Amino acid sequence: MPASANIAAEWTRRQFFSRSSVALGATALASLLPGDALATPSAAQGGILSSPHFAPRAKRVIYLFMHGGPAQMDLFDYKPQLKAQHGRDLPASVRGNQRLTGMTSGQKSFPVVSSLFKFSQYGPSGMWVSELLPQLGQVADKLCFVRSMHTEAINHDPAVTYLQTGHQLAGRPSMGSWLSYGLGSESEDLPAFVVLLSRGSAARPDDPLYARLWGSGFLPSNHQGVSFRSDGDPVLYLSNPPGVDGASRRRVLDALGALNRKQADLVGDPEIRTRIAQYEMAFRMQASVPELADLSRESEQTLDAYGRFVRTPGTFAANCLLARRLVERGVRFVQLYHRGWDQHYNLPSDLRLQCQDVDQPAAALIRDLAQRGLLDETLVIWGGEFGRTIYSQGKLEATNYGRDHHPRCFTIWLAGGGIRPGVVHGETDDFSYNIVRDSVHVHDLNATILHCLGVDHTRLTYRFQGRDFRLTDVHGRVVNEILR
Amino acid sequence: MLASLLFVGLGPQGTHALHASEQGAVSYNRDVRPILSDNCFRCHGPDSASRQAELRLDQHDSAIQDRDGLRAITPGKSAESEVFRRLTTSDPGERMPPTDSGQTLTAEERETIRRWIDAGANYEAHWSLIPPQSPALPEVERKDWPRGEIDRFILQRLEQAGLSPAPEANRALLLRRLSLDLTGLPPTLDELDAFLADDSPQAYERVVDRLLASPRYGERMALEWLDLARYADTNGYFSDLERQMWRWRDWLIAAFNSNQPYDQFTIEQLAGDLLPAATIEQKIATGLHRNHPVTNETGVIDEEYRVEYVGDRAETTAAIWLGLTLGCARCHDHKYDPLSQREYYQLFAFFNNVPEKGMITGTANPPPVLQLFSAAEQQQLQQFQQQRGALETAWKAAEKRLEQPFLAWQKTAAEALPAACPADAAAWYDFSDGGVERIGRSQPAKAVDRIRYGDGVRGQGALLDNGGHFEFACDFAPEPNSPFTLSAWIRPAAAQTGCILSKIEPAGNLRGLEVLWYRRQIRVDLVHQWASSAIELTTESRFAPHEWHHVAVTYDGSGKAAGLKIYVDAELQPARTERDDLSGPIVNDEPWRIGRKDETMGFDGLIDEVQIVPRELSREELSGVYSSQLVGGALAVPAEKRSSGQKQQLLEYYLRQAAPADDLNAYQRWTTLNKQQAELLAGIETTMVMQEMSTPRETHVLVRGQYDQPGETVASDVPACLPPLAAAAPRNRLGLAQWLVDPGHPLTARVAVNRLWQQFFGVGLVKTVNDFGSQGEPPSHPELLDWLAIEFVRSGWNVKVLQKRIVMSAAYRQSSRATAELIQRDPENRLLARGPRFRLPAELIRDQALAVSGLLTDKIGGPSVKPYQPEGLWEAVSYNGDYSYEQDHGSALYRRSLYTYWKRQSPPPALLAFDAPTRETCVVQRSRTNTPLQALVLLNDTTYIEAARVLAQRALLHAPGDEQRLRYAFRRATCRWPEADEAARLRELFKQERAAFAEHPKAADALLAVGEWPRDRSLDPLDHAAWTNVMCVLLNLDETVTRP
Repeated sequence: MPASANIAAEWTRRQFFSRSSVALGATALASLLPGDALATPSAAQGGILSSPHFAPRAKRVIYLFMHGGPAQMDLFDYKPQLKAQHGRDLPASVRGNQRLTGMTSGQKSFPVVSSLFKFSQYGPSGMWVSELLPQLGQVADKLCFVRSMHTEAINHDPAVTYLQTGHQLAGRPSMGSWLSYGLGSESEDLPAFVVLLSRGSAARPDDPLYARLWGSGFLPSNHQGVSFRSDGDPVLYLSNPPGVDGASRRRVLDALGALNRKQADLVGDPEIRTRIAQYEMAFRMQASVPELADLSRESEQTLDAYGRFVRTPGTFAANCLLARRLVERGVRFVQLYHRGWDQHYNLPSDLRLQCQDVDQPAAALIRDLAQRGLLDETLVIWGGEFGRTIYSQGKLEATNYGRDHHPRCFTIWLAGGGIRPGVVHGETDDFSYNIVRDSVHVHDLNATILHCLGVDHTRLTYRFQGRDFRLTDVHGRVVNEILR
Repeated sequence: MLASLLFVGLGPQGTHALHASEQGAVSYNRDVRPILSDNCFRCHGPDSASRQAELRLDQHDSAIQDRDGLRAITPGKSAESEVFRRLTTSDPGERMPPTDSGQTLTAEERETIRRWIDAGANYEAHWSLIPPQSPALPEVERKDWPRGEIDRFILQRLEQAGLSPAPEANRALLLRRLSLDLTGLPPTLDELDAFLADDSPQAYERVVDRLLASPRYGERMALEWLDLARYADTNGYFSDLERQMWRWRDWLIAAFNSNQPYDQFTIEQLAGDLLPAATIEQKIATGLHRNHPVTNETGVIDEEYRVEYVGDRAETTAAIWLGLTLGCARCHDHKYDPLSQREYYQLFAFFNNVPEKGMITGTANPPPVLQLFSAAEQQQLQQFQQQRGALETAWKAAEKRLEQPFLAWQKTAAEALPAACPADAAAWYDFSDGGVERIGRSQPAKAVDRIRYGDGVRGQGALLDNGGHFEFACDFAPEPNSPFTLSAWIRPAAAQTGCILSKIEPAGNLRGLEVLWYRRQIRVDLVHQWASSAIELTTESRFAPHEWHHVAVTYDGSGKAAGLKIYVDAELQPARTERDDLSGPIVNDEPWRIGRKDETMGFDGLIDEVQIVPRELSREELSGVYSSQLVGGALAVPAEKRSSGQKQQLLEYYLRQAAPADDLNAYQRWTTLNKQQAELLAGIETTMVMQEMSTPRETHVLVRGQYDQPGETVASDVPACLPPLAAAAPRNRLGLAQWLVDPGHPLTARVAVNRLWQQFFGVGLVKTVNDFGSQGEPPSHPELLDWLAIEFVRSGWNVKVLQKRIVMSAAYRQSSRATAELIQRDPENRLLARGPRFRLPAELIRDQALAVSGLLTDKIGGPSVKPYQPEGLWEAVSYNGDYSYEQDHGSALYRRSLYTYWKRQSPPPALLAFDAPTRETCVVQRSRTNTPLQALVLLNDTTYIEAARVLAQRALLHAPGDEQRLRYAFRRATCRWPEADEAARLRELFKQERAAFAEHPKAADALLAVGEWPRDRSLDPLDHAAWTNVMCVLLNLDETVTRP
């Protein structure tokens, strides 16, 4: 009997990555979950939840993370009346006792900068969008803008870690790994959680990223995100070594499988059969991943829609298209990071460059998903880790200024699975400094994302050090107002 | 695979159920507390803030208190106990736990509560808080099996459960198990043969003793401790800068190798600096609590992070020594264990007195540090000290002699200087007189945005801040065939890239010319069409910000990169040509710009003396311009206002130009000595250590754990649920460490022996290695745990003695083969009716491959090394992509994996794939997963391909016949001979592979070129390549990557 026939019986599509065996972890976690509803990882689902807590509106997530903190008042949070305040000091009553970063806390004055950019109204919501994002404006009818996001963190590392893990310091699982753990993967041969990185065009240096942002924290490490790369192997160690072709690799795996099966019969350890199956999965990935990255079957029309950089691997445009291809293949959580949004200085020129990077590809992604009927079941999120200050960091000039980090309000948008399209949620004061209506905290956003996937954020838990941890810690409110 | 899913259901509750079903009486600690803790303590437990109805179910008195005729618990009468009624009522409004808690009790759990109340509701202190009591050794039926006390405890449980132990594993596998457990490496074939040939009754014990004495032992033991200690080679947060902590790692390995008693090991790591006459080694040991991540993110609030560091130390200490989840008491009282928030900050206070910052600056190890002089460095420093006197005297004498001549020289020196600007310059901007002075054929420069001015090299310089810049027009337009020289002084305020001088288009072809301060290098671009027709040149050297540099670019009009030269401070710079395909004009309509290119790349810092000369200046001419500007600038400043740098420049110029050669010599010898000494001191290795401030910081309870919400002041102390600090003990880290290792301490020894047990059996006796509290799992063999803890203390905290006891046991020596029935009954092998079998930890998989192939280098310690790693990983995540992994070569490629450089932001990917943690927090237990990514690593990582190739080479050289070669290599990988069918299958593979390579001989060469270890070219490449693929199978066998 050919070895591969045997192998077919040994793996099932339910077992990739998140379903792979976790000798200690799975036992601990499965047996420790409260209530019997969550107790058994089902072979049919692959995640720890045998079924979602309620009907999911979205099956998958594409999270377009704008790393560095885009300036909300230059892009979305339109404040025309601020022209009159331009150059004047921010009233102390507005600033309140807000803590400032060490970069501007020593500043003698806090001159208000009204945005240099023109805004237009789009879509049924009449959302104001900056001239820097004209393409996104065109799809505004599909987007839900939340202008009232807020966080506590005032610096990049803790703020990004907070959004992605629910905690400002290292050690907790990332959102994608929570979902991999909870819901498993729908893909036969791709991981549940994929990460795509791109660099910004702004002159200002990109702030750093960290493995922990897609790490699994205390969850079993098979739930960590897999970074797909634009240089070299798309997945680390994917390619056979030089001089070894697919046929040779098949022969090696057949011999390996034969010896491993003999050992499994002899020793009785079920881990051996799992390992045999994982080698076959690896072999399948060697075909499925390059197929994924191969854009030759995409139409010219599609490629053109994402803009001229779509053919350059590693750009935001290329990653957006890759994200669509990943969710098409059932990947649960696709996390993009586009860096370079930290406009402390030279905001007008750098912000323009950043927007050129993302405007067309992000809009194309929305249209592309919609055209293919995928938008309804894919949740797309666009946003950074905090907003920026209405006052200028450094010198305010006629055509140049900078803005410091601002945690008290920022704008994000969501679209697709479960989200009400064409609406604006939340409102800030005249200075885009404080929220006056419908605030949405980091934990609220994360609770809402889980909700869209059919997960009650209070019930997807993992016991670690005696405590049932969850993505939203002990907080979080689902923002029902933005749900369909 | 299916069987592994059956693990489900046998966790803490699972073993608990095992207990209860076996024995009649209900025990509070074993049976009841887990139920109450999980379901009730959150609202009726230790946390006063969240307590409901003033009721505590964790305390007897509160539970039985009469509350208007109702009692939560009426001992002996479940029917009169409100608790039982509320647990069983069908009224959803009254039912406990409340529906919205998401908690429910099973019928079996409710029955346990009923039986406990009816039996009198006896409370017990939590088992782990009661000091271990010496247990009676159990009587067992099968007297011939136990080899020692451990086995009697194990066998007793097995007999109770109706199970029998497995037979002893075969000797070869036993040796492999032992060697991997105690040294992390498989036995050599010689060691294997020697053991198999030794049929004396002491053979096994002799091997145990040999392995415990091996220097490899310390490296193996260090692995787990590095996870506990969150050890890494970088700072973790924000820029993730490099740190030097390997001296601490080496201390750790040495401590294990010398079998330092665990109490001393504890004291030195927590408080070595506070010991009387502390040695350097004892101070290095305190690096344990400097291993945590730190941040350098500009803008963080210092105290916020400093508090995090202190909290990390307190929580890590509790995790390592107490097995308690102290972190739960940081913002409020612990929900399950008797640890109040106040007590959290009392422990916190022990670690709160380090003279440190929350935000670190600079690139060196943040203080406090210990400077570690090598013997050679000590000697060198002494030599410098000896030379000092004579050299200083000589120069001071010359200086005095030259005082008057030097002053006289200064009066006329300016006239004798070479020209500060060549006469044929097309432009010269020196920014003097508050504005821009035009010289040459250029137009006045127009200031765009506000410009400030500061001290330049000669008079004023322009102070730019990323935005403000100058634009000007000039007769000279650079072209590929026109020679030119561009020069300027710059004093950058940051490493950040900025444009010094440009004439370039903002979009389209980006045609033109630019000189950049680029990641601390100087870069020149001559562009006809961006990315396809250009010359791009970058200096190899990087230059310091905040210092003046004279930058000059000369060009000979050849159209080639070879004709372009970059000088810094009149020295020609080695430069890297990034592009050399300029094929058309670079002329454009843009103005020249100083301090910016088009709309971007504003320069941050000072610029002075910008010159454009329409010909290629020689090195000598440039040198003249350089000296003239520098010295002329200094001379123009009144003597009393000159900076120390200017004084020095003047003096040096004078000495070279006008002083006797001997005096110049005396000066140079003296300054060279000073420079060398400064460089030596700057290069001294340091390691971070703990230190106490002379006046301790005041510690407050932090309300909700917030750094800026200080509450009441607290003094350092230990939790009340544990024994008190001795009255005479110092209230510092030393007192705390001594308290931890007091023989009467209920937790320290238990937690330590449990962790050691986990190393050998895969699971601890207390499975929740990190939680000995109320939510943790009770021990599977409580008496054994206590017996081991007591023996451990009695032996003088002797780690090797304890480990020897464990590995000498019959329980440890069992075969790990199991029937499906046994696996289903006890999937985690908690009862030990078979030997433990589990996949090797990440590091040991690689170490073994290196050992099996003979590549392993046995050097112990030293700075971390950078073996093979896929390219581009650091660039993808680091600040501005500025950091690159620079792979080592030679023997550094083959060091044990605990020496692999650990960058927290991007940890070694092949180790991460096998469940290594990111080392950002204390990890007491790694997960053990089985994924396709692991298969990809073992099949395709250069490390393993090279190991397979070198193992193949070794086998080919070992014996002439294929069968012998195979048997040899198979045994190296698995410690056993292949069986006939296995050998046949692999020989078949060899034939197939050889035939395939024969058709594609270049493929064989390609495979044999993987890795840097030299290939023996005398071997037939087809044989070698085909064997390499066979060896790949051996290194990937489940048997190979599993500890048997």
